[in-house]
Amino acid sequence: MMTTINLERDVELHGATKRFRAHGTVVPAVRGIDVSIASGETVALLGPNGAGKSTTIDMLLGLIAPDRGTVSLFGRPPAQAVARGQIGAMLQVGALIRDVTPRELLQMTASLYPSALNVEDTLELVGIADIADRRTHKLSGGQAQRVRFALALVSDPALLILDEPTVGMDVEARRGFWASVRQFAARGKTVIFATHYLDEADAYADRVILMAHGRVVADGPTSEIRARVGSRTIRATLPDANRTALASLPGVTAADRRGEAVVLKCSDSDAAIRALLAAYPEARDIEIAGAGLEEAFVELTADGDETSPPTDRQEVLV
Amino acid sequence: MRSLAYTRFELVRTFRNVRLLVFSFGFPLVLYFLIAAPNRHEHNFNGSGISIPLYYMVGLVAFGAMTALISSGARIAIERTDGWTRQLRITPLATSAYFGAKVITGYTLAALTITLLYASGVSLGVSLSAERWLEMTGLIIVALIPFAALGIFLGHLLTADSIGPAIGGSVSLLALVSGTWFPIGSHGILHDVGQFLPSYWLVRASHVGVGGQAWSATGWIVIAAWTVTLAALARFAYRRDTRRV
Repeated sequence: MMTTINLERDVELHGATKRFRAHGTVVPAVRGIDVSIASGETVALLGPNGAGKSTTIDMLLGLIAPDRGTVSLFGRPPAQAVARGQIGAMLQVGALIRDVTPRELLQMTASLYPSALNVEDTLELVGIADIADRRTHKLSGGQAQRVRFALALVSDPALLILDEPTVGMDVEARRGFWASVRQFAARGKTVIFATHYLDEADAYADRVILMAHGRVVADGPTSEIRARVGSRTIRATLPDANRTALASLPGVTAADRRGEAVVLKCSDSDAAIRALLAAYPEARDIEIAGAGLEEAFVELTADGDETSPPTDRQEVLV
Repeated sequence: MRSLAYTRFELVRTFRNVRLLVFSFGFPLVLYFLIAAPNRHEHNFNGSGISIPLYYMVGLVAFGAMTALISSGARIAIERTDGWTRQLRITPLATSAYFGAKVITGYTLAALTITLLYASGVSLGVSLSAERWLEMTGLIIVALIPFAALGIFLGHLLTADSIGPAIGGSVSLLALVSGTWFPIGSHGILHDVGQFLPSYWLVRASHVGVGGQAWSATGWIVIAAWTVTLAALARFAYRRDTRRV
């Protein structure tokens, strides 16, 4: 249990671990993660399917208890924070309850909270005022998704948790959705969202927590995550060069051979290209590419040895 | 206030579901008229001195009300599949308010079924003293409590695709061994097993209408024991039911 309570920390996970039993074997979903999120942050929980994002969110919401470790929201167990109405969440399920209208659904939900937003305002904010009186089972997937977002917002929570919120939305809806999230976050609220869309994490989060195989493999500002795996790669046709020699060039962190070509991962591509051309003037078809979050993502979450931490893998690359 | 808002929401939802209403109310009524209307002048069913319209009115009241309450489980199973139950759990709605809404909705459907069957019985010539009506109805209401808990328990235990047969099967079996369709007598294996079931005492409650005695102490004990057991199971099933279905 926590011995000190830091009131500025909205979310604290310490060594949180969760395993599931499936067909007689134990599947580790989350293998001991430590995360601390401050008030007002917008954090993306990024990772491929099976990384442990949804399990982490279920633990945050008190829907499942960790096998080991602790989870606390606002210095309390999640269930207490939920009971106080401090949390709003959009879970990763498609359907809404049938035979009601979005307005009724919002009114009922709002009545459960101590200081809910005005229902009409929420309908406007989320852009569903025009469908507020339709039956929920007649809404399209994207409309239903926005209603579920409204359900998360109407309580005016201090912490908003969104599990893969834009699945099923078209580009237009997605843009509108993120505009609403930003508006909400601008009021000093804390937002955590799980996604496997890199562009969303890149565009809307202050901070990215990258998960793979149930572990946090990187955690920091989006720009830092990008920098962490070498910001550029150099690709050149160079049949006879020695890989070890290439890897030891200044500015190069790793060298890889692909047929006649070599791929150099660089921490400083300017230094690396000068050194490369000085040492190997015969190098041709040179390409220098910037690594987006996409490459950082592939690098850090690449399926390697499932049981060893991905940091080992990076050492192998170097 | 909070619990009332959710109860109202549940009632509104339920009464908009026309198919649900048609089958909940329609099935016992159709069955009743099919059996009782052609035999409306039979006043000595199986030599019991009881008229067929009366015997099947009380039998179907037990059957229909029991079905109405257990069926809340089917709606719960579907809500779980839709992810609604998990959505509710991340609101401050208390477990007791959730259970309260489910029980009140189930009882409302049961009360309407009972009223419609009483009216149908009267239309086929059933006539009882006010005391009989009241005593019978009061005992039925008490006897239905375990079934309210059973519905919630099954709903949180089973999935949308298995709940149909589970409810259909248990209602049919309970109705059969408890004497809904024909008298099971006062001895023999059906009676021996039956008297430990809540449905037996539900049917006994309804048989107050055909001149039966009110419950013995055994009846009260059996109903109380099942209520406590099934309510604990329902609570347990709801507590652990937090996974994605």
